[in-house]
Parts: sequence; structure tokens; C-alpha cells
Amino acid sequence: MTAERDQRALSAIAADPRYQALVSARARLGWWLSAVVFFCFVGYLLLIAFDKALLAMPIGGGVTSLGIPVGLGLIVLAIVLTGVYVAIANRRFDSQMAEILRSHGA
Amino acid sequence: MKALSSAVAISLLLVAVPALGAALEGEAEQQATNWVAIAMFTAFVGLTLWITKVAAARTRTASDFYTAGGGITGFQNGLAMAGDYMSAASFLGISAQIFADGYDGLIYSTGFLVGWPIMLFLMAERLRNLGRYTFADVVSYRFAQPPVRSFAALSTLLVVTFYLIAQMVGAGQLIKLLFGLPYTVAVLIVGVLMMLYVLFGGMRATTWVQIVKAVMLLCGASFMAFMVMAQAGFSLEALFARAVEVKTEIAFAAGASAGEAAERGGSIMGPGNFIKDPVSAISFGLALMLGTAGLPHILMRFFTVPDAKEARKSVLWATGWIGYFYVLTFIIGFGAIVLVGTSDFYQDETGVLRGGSNMAAVHLAHAIGGDLFLGFISAVAFATILAVVAGLTLSAASAVSHDLYATVFRHGNASSQDELRMSRLTTLGMGALAVLLGVVFEHQNVAFMVSLAFALAASGNFPALILSLLWSGCTTRGAAIGGTIGLLTAFVLTLLSPAVWTDTLGMGTAPFPYSSPAIFSVPAGFLAIWLISLFDGSPRAALDKDGYAAQRLRAETGIGASAASDH
Repeated sequence: MTAERDQRALSAIAADPRYQALVSARARLGWWLSAVVFFCFVGYLLLIAFDKALLAMPIGGGVTSLGIPVGLGLIVLAIVLTGVYVAIANRRFDSQMAEILRSHGA
Repeated sequence: MKALSSAVAISLLLVAVPALGAALEGEAEQQATNWVAIAMFTAFVGLTLWITKVAAARTRTASDFYTAGGGITGFQNGLAMAGDYMSAASFLGISAQIFADGYDGLIYSTGFLVGWPIMLFLMAERLRNLGRYTFADVVSYRFAQPPVRSFAALSTLLVVTFYLIAQMVGAGQLIKLLFGLPYTVAVLIVGVLMMLYVLFGGMRATTWVQIVKAVMLLCGASFMAFMVMAQAGFSLEALFARAVEVKTEIAFAAGASAGEAAERGGSIMGPGNFIKDPVSAISFGLALMLGTAGLPHILMRFFTVPDAKEARKSVLWATGWIGYFYVLTFIIGFGAIVLVGTSDFYQDETGVLRGGSNMAAVHLAHAIGGDLFLGFISAVAFATILAVVAGLTLSAASAVSHDLYATVFRHGNASSQDELRMSRLTTLGMGALAVLLGVVFEHQNVAFMVSLAFALAASGNFPALILSLLWSGCTTRGAAIGGTIGLLTAFVLTLLSPAVWTDTLGMGTAPFPYSSPAIFSVPAGFLAIWLISLFDGSPRAALDKDGYAAQRLRAETGIGASAASDH
């Protein structure tokens, strides 16, 4: 492929509505998941800063406090959301992107 | 790779035999602790030097040196990233904090983990598609090279140096204690070994050292947590109940009334004194979360995998292993309260741990596995520091050779061989500097340096990366000057904070009252880049903005991204 044809293919990809839809869907997913992680973590910190007693409250009749499932839950949430993004990006987005690139001969 | 990993397995079996022999001898001599630890550590060093030798034979070009030729898989890279991130500070430090205060240690753990998903969601694929050797490749992609590269190199050197000092001083003190070696000798051993790995084996050796260390650390911590849970009948509630009981007894024995003692015992199940004011809390959390996504030695690992798909998988594996590790640390910390906190063997008369407050996990290893397991955990702690220090040095060496020397100084005309020579020279320099700083800071309080490194990364690198990747209006001036402003704000505010101004320099009440600068310095970095770019009317600014479309296309599609092994 010559440089000029290369350039034309690239511009065609950038102008392709399917490409634009895919890129904005991927960005949207990234921002939403980031916002979930960010606000859950900041919320946890605010809870610690303003209402320590709530997190120290025992649950289930024993000594285990509410803070334990909340803290461990945050760790699990981080891992699960990471898995969700990788599954969607590596399966759906990557194959759609490959399809679009193939249709432009790139 | 397959041949190498089976060879690794065989040599692990081989080295285990002399280690066992030494363990038996050691017990007879009543110095079991030291001999087992030294034998196991020697075995680890032998294995890693052999890895370095194999890697050295395959390290010929700059690409081999910086990125292991780009042929690492997502799983391997995920383990190596976890190895880079799970430092001795988090293993010993967090379990010690739980041993002392209970719940507070969990707040640290969550803060250290939440940066990983953010890094994946906003940056991972774009980083892989735009970069080649260093994160400066990504930030400077569409900009004038010298100013942006200089900023990125300055920031890398600052972050790495502070992180390195904390690791070296920690290493010296730990080794002095566990192995009975003098501090200077310990620091020297770490410096020399780390230099050997990086100098001869480059990224390939560093990656495999990280993987071996990560596997050792995860196995050791899993065994400890399993034994703790077995003692508690595999019930977390039973473990917590016993820990509260122990803490109550200790408080009662110290002269508290029954009511006070029960209250103090129960306090380990909720947040304690870790967070004093809301501003410090949010600020510290921001530094940990956003700093993770700006650490140069972590970002560099994105370029060792072949494509964006593997880059994403690396983050998933890394997040999984690190999260699992923090859950283990939590159990280990509570296990230490129950098994170490009740025994006079591990504490002096005043209830202080022998060897210092960071030794909770080390004593727990002895309590559950005797001298043999204590030796294993000591060797793991040493190996951990060694691997982290090697990763840091490699990252500093690439900033100097790739960003400063090859791009700024030689204007991109340096050959791969020249660049390689320069990175090896820098590695020697960094090794000497690390030993020197380790010795100089022996008696200083270095606890704040890791959080300083995170604050710098969050305030300089993170805004520069995000805005150059996602905002078309970002310009050369904005990224270079604005990024530096973010960096300096974090640096100066840390100097003025209580941990440095009052505790380290002894200058009285600190002008900046909060424990972390991030809540001010991160917005300062973003604002500075934004404003400077906005008012940048230079001809270069027009070029910068024009370049965004092409950068975006490559970042999103990976077309033209540097492939694996492009020698």
C-alpha cells in the first residue's frame, strides 16, 4: 500500500460511523466503570472520616463489623469490574474493531 | 519461554535440596533462623542469577533491554506487575498495621488496589498502542519531543528515587535483623544483585525475577493465611472474636478497667486513628488511586506485551493477584494478633515486638511453621525488595537513555547499540546512587517517601497522560510546563507537611496541615496543563492540536503500534 492510499484508508476509518460508535461505546464504558470505582472508594473514605461508628457496628450477632464486608467488598468490586471490562473489550469490542478495519482493507 | 519455565521448575527442585540440608544443620547449631534464611535466600539468588544468564544471551537490542522484545504474555506480565507492586512494605507494613490497630490496615489495602481498574479503564489499550519503551513515548506522541520528554524523565527520576530510598532503607534494616548482617553490607548486596539483573538481563531478567518473587510471596502468604484459618476452624468470625479477646486481655493486663479493656479490644473491628481529618483522608486516597496509574515502572510493563488485548489481560491478572494478596495480608494481620500477640516469646516485657513493629508477619511465620518457614518468609521478604528495586532501576535507566539521551540529546539519531550502552551506564549509576542513598538515609524517617512517590506520580504523570491522551487541545507547553507545576506542587506541599517539616526536619508546626498533598496538587496539575494549553498561541500549539486525530486513531485501533520484537 502506498503512503497516499494508506492515508486515505485511515481517513475512511476515522469517518466510518461504525468506528465512531464503537470508540464512543468503549470510552463510555471506561468512564462509567471508572466513576463507579472512584465514587465507591471516595464514599468509603468519607464514611470512615465522618461516621466511624457505622463501620464499627457489629453485624450478624458476633464481633464481625459492617466495615469488614464493605472493605473486602471494595476489593472484590475492583477485581470484578476489571474482569467485566476485559471480557467486553477483548471479546466484543476487539472483534467489532477487527471487522471494521478489515472492511477498510487496513 | 516454555523451555525457560520448565528449566525454572527443575532448578527450583534442585535448589530446594541443599536448602533443606542447611535447615537441618542450622537447627543443630541453634542458629536455625539465620541459616535457613540465608540458605533459602542463597537459593533464590542462585536461581535469579541463572535466569539473568539465560536472559543476557537474548538481550542484544534496545527493545530486548527495555521490553523483553515485547514477547511477554498477559498472564506473565500480570504476575510481574503484581510482583512490582507487592513490596515488602505492603506485606510487612500492612500486616503490622493490622496487628497494631486491626481494621485500619484494610483501608490502605483498598487504596492501593483501586488505582488498577482506573488504569485499565482509561489508559491500558491507549498506552500499549502509542508507546514503545517508556510512558514518555505516550505523553510526547504528538508533541515537540525535547520539552515533554524532559518533563517525563524528571518526573520518572524523582518518583523512582524516592521509592528507591524507601526500599533500600527498608531492605537494610530488614536484612540486618533477619540475617544478622551489618546494614551497609545488606544495602551493598541489594545494590550489587539488582545491578547484575538489570545490567545483563534487562527487562527479560527483571520480569522473570518479578514472576519468581510474586509466586514465592503468594505461596508463602497463602500458606500462612491457610494455617491461621485452620486454627480458627475456617471461620472469620471465630478469628475476629479471638483477636478481640486477645486485645481485651492485653488492655486489661495493662491496667485498664474491664469496660475500657472491652472497648479497646472491640475497637480493632472498626476504623481507628488512621484517618484524622476528612481532607487528609480524601487526599491520601487520591494519591494512592491516581498515583498507581502514573508510576513509571508499572507503566513501562505495558510495553512488554504484544498488543492491547494482552495489555488488558495483564491488568486483570495483576488486579486479581494483588487483591487476593491483600485479603491474605488481612487474615495474616489478625492471625498475628491471635498467635503472636499472646506469646512472650515474640515480645519483650512491655509488649513491643522483638525486632520492631514491622515484624508481625515474620514472627507469625515462626509461630505456624517453625524455623524452616521463618527462613522461607525471610528469604521471600529479601527477594521482594530485590525485585522491586530492580524494576525501579530499569525504569530510571530507560528514562535517562531513551528519553533524555536518545531523544533530547541525540535528537532521535542514536543507534540501538548507543542507547543500550547508555542504559547500562545509567544502571551502574543508579545502583551506586541507590547504595549511597541507602547509607545516607539509614537513620532518617523514610516512611513518607513511598506516599511522596505516589503523590508525585498522581500530580505530574497522571494529568499529563490523561490530557495528552484524551484532550485534543493539549499542547507541548501545557504538558511540559503544566505537568512540572503539578509535580512541584506535590513536592513542595509534602516538604511543608507534618511528616517532613515537623517529624523529619524538626522545624515545628507544619505550614501545610494535611498528610497528603494530592487533593490540591492533582487539580493543580490538571488546571495548569489546561490553562497553559488554552493560552498557548505558539505555532507549535497548532501542530500539536492537528496531530490529535492521527494519535487518536492509532490509540483506538492499534494501527501502526510497535509490534512485538520489532528489531
